[in-house]
Amino acid sequence: METKTVQTHHVPVRYFEGGPSSGKGGEPLVYLHGAGGITAEDPFLAKLAESYHVYAPLLPGYGDSEECGELREMLDITLHSWDVVDALGLKDPILVGHSMGGMIAAEMAAIAPNDVSRLGLICPAGLWLDDHPIPDIFAMLPYELPAVLFHDVEAGTALMTAGVTLDDPEWLKGFLVQNARQMGMAGKILFPVPDRGLSQRLYRVKAKTVLVWGDGDKLIVPAYAHAWKKAIGGAEFVSIPEAGHLMTLEKPEHVAKAISRLA
Amino acid sequence: MKFTWFNLMPWPYLPDDFREKHRSVWVDIDSRLFDPAKGHEVYNSYMDMLEYAGTLGFDGIGVNEHHQNGYGIMPSPNIIAAGLARRTSDVGLVVLGNSIALYNPPTRVAEEFAMLDCISGGRLVAGFPVGTSMDTNYCYGQIPALTREKYQEAHDLIRRAWSDPDPFAWNGRYNKLRHVNIWPRPIQDPPPIHIPGGGSVETYDFCIDNTYSYSYLSFSGYIRAKALMQGYWDRVAERNAPDESPYRAGFAQTICVADTDEEAERLYSEHVSYFYNRCLHVYGGFADAPGYRTIKTIQTGALSQYAPPVGGYSELTWKDLIDQGHVIAGSPETVRQRMEDLIKGLNVGNVFCLMHVGNMPMDKCMHSTKLFAEKVMPHLRDMFPDYKDDDRFWCKPLAKQVKPGSLPVEKEVAALVGGKD
Repeated sequence: METKTVQTHHVPVRYFEGGPSSGKGGEPLVYLHGAGGITAEDPFLAKLAESYHVYAPLLPGYGDSEECGELREMLDITLHSWDVVDALGLKDPILVGHSMGGMIAAEMAAIAPNDVSRLGLICPAGLWLDDHPIPDIFAMLPYELPAVLFHDVEAGTALMTAGVTLDDPEWLKGFLVQNARQMGMAGKILFPVPDRGLSQRLYRVKAKTVLVWGDGDKLIVPAYAHAWKKAIGGAEFVSIPEAGHLMTLEKPEHVAKAISRLA
Repeated sequence: MKFTWFNLMPWPYLPDDFREKHRSVWVDIDSRLFDPAKGHEVYNSYMDMLEYAGTLGFDGIGVNEHHQNGYGIMPSPNIIAAGLARRTSDVGLVVLGNSIALYNPPTRVAEEFAMLDCISGGRLVAGFPVGTSMDTNYCYGQIPALTREKYQEAHDLIRRAWSDPDPFAWNGRYNKLRHVNIWPRPIQDPPPIHIPGGGSVETYDFCIDNTYSYSYLSFSGYIRAKALMQGYWDRVAERNAPDESPYRAGFAQTICVADTDEEAERLYSEHVSYFYNRCLHVYGGFADAPGYRTIKTIQTGALSQYAPPVGGYSELTWKDLIDQGHVIAGSPETVRQRMEDLIKGLNVGNVFCLMHVGNMPMDKCMHSTKLFAEKVMPHLRDMFPDYKDDDRFWCKPLAKQVKPGSLPVEKEVAALVGGKD
């Protein structure tokens, strides 16, 4: 994947781009990342780029991208995300989002239903069920996260702690800065309860929709998949066995295969 | 010097195995540990104690705001301050403070502080904290990255609500009010304002630019506070503030006084241990919501207000706590010497004396308080002779104050309509 920058009204936006660019398999796909962010080496992006021309923009503050104080509310973020699609010169790309990114993608499809014809939602945030309160990731210590994010907690822990050197104060400062930038931005969308009224708008979605859920998701449990299916008429539901919330890392091939149902 | 007797109002009945059985004293503390009937006694004895301190020559008596917190049972300090206003005189009422980003609309704070100032005859010292992340984000649900912007707007709105004599419209980002026109208005124009901070440059500048006093309310004592306070004084110089008055700053310090050093340990160590082991047992996940601190603050490596020492407080013995300055305790002479080190070392004109510690019973608290007031405080009064007339940061009460119980006797009332007794 190449790392590029595109100018939008509010802020320059970093994005990763890759995949075939014309003919079969060259169809544009915009992928919106979750609260943990994404890198150019992400295995799920690589998998998608085998079949699509992938654009994966970073939310302001993620990775090395510039922060944007002007984005405060969900509407600001939804419209900014449309600004990014426009700036990339895309019309009706396949729109896919994971977790927080799924929430943004669903908001985009609800606010502009005639501009999104294919929507892939991978365990999206955005709904709240009182019987299934979503754990507060903003109040978790790093070592507590793998247990709610992965099906295979041990492998997930190894993945999350690779390169971590907590006893190095410079590393720690860098980590805190990155966490403040990224999760500070995510907090505008997800804190303290990840519901910004989307359930009232989902009836507007016209896109062909695929919902992908890990059957071992402990963060946004599969009960939410049913709520989404109910809210978006005709949505297709694909359950991935032995996959947790970060199934794009755990089962990239399975998730990509589910997304291919949109084609 | 201005000495404020400050009470956090800790819940004194946390069980012995609190650390082992509970993950946090704050945010998600087990509500079953609170007994409302005992709460009746606790609140009243703490208010009695504040009133007692008000009779001993302290300049102020102080209260603050915390939520869902086992060491601070004052979600509304204004309620306590209103009670104190009625039963004290002369002493300043230091409300440090109201977390102004949490009030909707923040004109509520402008109103309540104006009420307190009127009821007390101009004795209010007002505090405007951003609020800890535990209170502001985790308990009261404010979005971390927007908290400071909302705080700033609340501040600007309150200041204007106090000072603008005419109704005005407020079209803020977080507050839309067509008719701002608070009744009552404060006696003081405006009340002196103290801002609790935890080392961010933005807060230093905010205080310097507005002539507010910067308060560092840590529990880790004056020795560890030196770097942070020096950062503030460096900034005062850099920003060309007109003076370096020590009243531009305040500091909170845990203090225990007894007749001798040994006696201090015997009387107070269990209560100090209760505070540092049980009351400060805060789950790390609640310490700092991402986005609550600015990137600039993290990059300067400013210590978190609540960062415990390496190894945690639970490892510290009485001797460690004393040697490292977390607690100043001992005979009046020992305490006097260390208070001098504190006051000179940090260059602070305002000291918030944390003299009720953990589960300290009232008799011990009175003993320590009285010794401090009579045998320590008088020796520390003139630490800054060059600034003895600097009254910008303290309340200016009315010369003539009404006292409670000013009603006419019933006989006079009866006489009004020609009745007889």
